[in-house]
Amino acid sequence: MNSTAFQVIKHNRLSIIERWQEEMSNFQEGERELTHVTREVFLNANTEFIDKLMAQVTNDHETISPELKDFFERTIQIGWPLNYITQGLQTFLRVTLQVIMDQDFDKEEAFKIYDLLDRSIDGLFNEIVQYTTHTWKNTISVQKMALLELSAPLIPVFEHITVMPLIGTIDTERAKWIMENLLEGAIKHRSQVVLIDITGVPIVDTMVAHHIIQAAEAVRLIGAKCILVGIRPEIAQTIVNLGIDLSEFPTRSNLLKGIEAALELTNKKIETLS
Amino acid sequence: MAAQTCVDVRNEWDIVSARQLGRDLSKELGFSSVDQARITTAISELARNIYLYAGKGKVCIEPVKDVNRSGLQIIASDTGPGIQDIRKVMQDGFTTSGGLGAGLPGVKRLMDEFSINSSVDIGTEILITKWLR
Repeated sequence: MNSTAFQVIKHNRLSIIERWQEEMSNFQEGERELTHVTREVFLNANTEFIDKLMAQVTNDHETISPELKDFFERTIQIGWPLNYITQGLQTFLRVTLQVIMDQDFDKEEAFKIYDLLDRSIDGLFNEIVQYTTHTWKNTISVQKMALLELSAPLIPVFEHITVMPLIGTIDTERAKWIMENLLEGAIKHRSQVVLIDITGVPIVDTMVAHHIIQAAEAVRLIGAKCILVGIRPEIAQTIVNLGIDLSEFPTRSNLLKGIEAALELTNKKIETLS
Repeated sequence: MAAQTCVDVRNEWDIVSARQLGRDLSKELGFSSVDQARITTAISELARNIYLYAGKGKVCIEPVKDVNRSGLQIIASDTGPGIQDIRKVMQDGFTTSGGLGAGLPGVKRLMDEFSINSSVDIGTEILITKWLR
C-alpha cells in the first residue's frame, strides 16, 4: 500500500477502531446463530477481529496474516455466520472511507487511497470465501460417503436368505447402488431369496417403483427370488392410485411375513422346541 | 391461512424439498395420512417431471378455500420444451424416458382436480388440488 494510505490509517487507527466497534456491536441482534453467544464473548471477538484486521492492513502484507486467518477459521468452525466476517470487512472499508473523507485530500488522492485499501480487503474476501467453500465441500463429500455407507446394506439372515432394508429417499444415484449391492451381495451370499424392506422409504413414486422393479428383475436373472416387504397401508394405496403394476411381484406386509415366506421357498421352517 | 410457498426445482434434492413442503402443509391442514402420502407422491411426480424434462421450474403449494370446503392446491410450472400431445401423456404406460409411464395419469388419480396447460417450446403448467374430506 502506498505510504500516504498507510499513514492515514495508522494515524487514525483509534477512531477507525472506535467507529468500527460501534457499528459492529449491533450485529449480534437478529442473528439467529449468535443468540446463544453472550455479549461479552461477542464483544471480545469484535476486539480480536478489528485488532487483527488492523494489524493486517497496516503491516501491508501481500497475503493474509496467519493470525487473521486463524481468527476467520475459528469463527467459521464454531458456527458463526459467514456474514459476520464479510460485514466486518465491509464495515472496516466504510469507516475507513469516512475517515479518509474527513481529511483534506484532493479527490484523486482520496480515490487512490481508497482503491488501495479496497484491493487489500478484496484479497481477504477471496481468502475467506475460498476457505469456507472448501470447508463446506469437504463436509458435503464426507457426508455423502457416510450416506453411501448407510445406503444399501445387504444382510444375510439365514442360509440363502438375505435382507436389504431401505431407509430414506431413493434418488438415481442411490438406486444404482441398491442394484449393484443387491446383485453383488446376492451372488456372494448365494442367496435364493432376497427381501427388500421398504418400511423406511417415505414415499414410493413411479421412479422409486421403477427402480425396485428393475432391481427385482435383475435379481430374478441371476436365479434368485425377490420379495418386497414393508409396504405401509398409505403406500399401498398410492401405488394402486398411480397404477403401478406389482402383480408379478411377491409382496408381504412386513419383514416377519417375508422371512416366513422365504423360509418356505427354501424348504425351511422355524419350530419351537418342546 | 398461510400464503403460497414455492420451491425451485433444479436438481434431485429439490424434489425432496418440494415434497417435504407438501407433506408439512398437508399435515398442518389436517389431511389423513393416506391423503398426505397421495399429495406427497403427486408432488414428487410433478417435480420429477420438471427435473427430467424441463431441467428447471418450480412447485408452488398453497392452501385454498371453496364455498364449503378447504384443500391444498399445487402448481408445478416450467418453461421447458412443453408437451407435444397431452392426450398421449395422459395414457397409462406412455413414456419418453423409459420410465413406467404412470406419472401424469397417476397424479390425476391421486388428486381430486387436475388441469394441464402446455405449449411446445413455451412450457408446461400443471395445477392439482386435493380437498379435505
